Amino acid sequence: MKSVKWKPWALLAPSISAVFFLLIIPVCFIVVYSFWLRAPSGADIPAFQFGNYAKFFADFFYPEILLRTLRIAFESVIICVVMGYIPAYFFYRSESRFKQVFLLLIMLPFWVSFIIRTMSWINIMGDSGLINHFLLKIGLIQAPIPMLYNEFSVLMGLLMYLLPFMMLNIYVSLEGIDKSLLEAARCMGCTEWQAFREVTLPLSLPGVSAGCLLVFVLTAGTYLPPMILGGPGDDMIANLIYKRVVGTLDWPFGSAISVILLSLLFVIVWTYNRYLGINQIFKSLQGK
Amino acid sequence: MKSFSPGWTLIKLYTILVYLFLFTPIVVVIVLAFNPKQFGIFPMEGVSLRWFIKLAHNSSIIDAFKNSLILGALTALVSTTIGILASLAFIRFEFPGKNTINTMLLAPIMIPEVVLGVALLLFLRFLQMPKSFALLVVGHVVLTLPYVLLIVQARLGGIRKDYEEAAKCLGANPFQTFREVTFPLLLPAVLAGALFSFTISFDDITATLFWASAQNQTVPVKIFSMLRNSISPEINALGAVMIVLTVATPLLAGYLSRKFSKEK
Repeated sequence: MKSVKWKPWALLAPSISAVFFLLIIPVCFIVVYSFWLRAPSGADIPAFQFGNYAKFFADFFYPEILLRTLRIAFESVIICVVMGYIPAYFFYRSESRFKQVFLLLIMLPFWVSFIIRTMSWINIMGDSGLINHFLLKIGLIQAPIPMLYNEFSVLMGLLMYLLPFMMLNIYVSLEGIDKSLLEAARCMGCTEWQAFREVTLPLSLPGVSAGCLLVFVLTAGTYLPPMILGGPGDDMIANLIYKRVVGTLDWPFGSAISVILLSLLFVIVWTYNRYLGINQIFKSLQGK
Repeated sequence: MKSFSPGWTLIKLYTILVYLFLFTPIVVVIVLAFNPKQFGIFPMEGVSLRWFIKLAHNSSIIDAFKNSLILGALTALVSTTIGILASLAFIRFEFPGKNTINTMLLAPIMIPEVVLGVALLLFLRFLQMPKSFALLVVGHVVLTLPYVLLIVQARLGGIRKDYEEAAKCLGANPFQTFREVTFPLLLPAVLAGALFSFTISFDDITATLFWASAQNQTVPVKIFSMLRNSISPEINALGAVMIVLTVATPLLAGYLSRKFSKEK
């Protein structure tokens, strides 16, 4: 081939510089800032000390929030698999003439703003919301049940956000299965259920695990559902970062928490990539 | 055959329930937007357009809409352009470090948005620059670039190199080849990428909340600040307008592109 060595680099230059200057350098800055000191006046003083990290692990307050984030992330992952697999399977196996419309249904939630999907739980679970209104009307309860501002309502908000990602991942991996394998299994005498258990399910697992990783990362990085639907004790790690940076302008400490979150996710993503390969996630997101 | 088995019926039922869960909050926003009363949520007390009219007269909301639209359009333009260039490099050339660079460009998907938001803002603070509209644009480009890359690369990989080589044999120069052959074949992916980055930018809140200032509010940021008080029919009306806009745009684009390709 012709030696056009500079050409791909010229094409890549804008993207690489965008990611380099707007992502890699800023993340390095977070790391540097996490060692700085904060003067009582609020000014940041360049330093190299581990005080911000020590502060995080000094008592149970901050680690507890970290553990809560991990627990909620695991809960979201499991619920998303349970709720998402069957609809994805339905869309995959459906031979209805509305199949195109069904596929649109997978994408539709992505197009509605996250904040709208989150805040609407207030319309549903609030004191005069849909559920309470209905229960009062049929006379099952005399006074509205408080449902909002606890971990359950936070979880509802999260599911609303995460479930579409999980369904898309599972659906894409199901769609990638060669259907003749299924026919072969049926020809050899498998029942529908056996064919599913022996062929479809194992072959769709890469999509399931990719969905799990994505849901985990997304949960760890969001502060909106706890902020809008949670009570004072439902903060997650991202809320902590938001409050430190936007609320108290404590940049060094906010940076240190970001570094802790980033390293934790790095370990998880690295382990995942080592054993399962990360490409499945990218493959699914390609499905649009 | 399968359609009548009890198992399949259960699967269908389950799917309907999951979708009821996913769509009830969205439908409720739209329904409540027409609720004429000022406080509380349900019951509906008739149907009225008063909240929409109030929105139309609220200049800060109109500004937020303008900001969001311009921001989305600029983000889509920039990130689709640089995304296509990068995708061409990945699909059409072999060079050392290809996989590493591809992973690097896709990395923003795997970095929590809250960290992305803090990092860029911190960098700006270090440079001693004030928050500006430009910050929102560059930030949204980083947020959307990976998605554009994924979509365009998938499509570009499917275009056979033969067409381009045929054009070159027939005497077209590289630029002509791109304009006459590669680009038209790539157009659906370009549109999909642009549309996708527009909707991501238009809807984003997590990182945008760090980057927006009082002068540069987007619609989701506006909704967020209105939520400080409590939910109101006015917020629902604003939400309904957003939903209609972000759902209708891709649907319309899909419909048009299908019609367009059929006529061709």
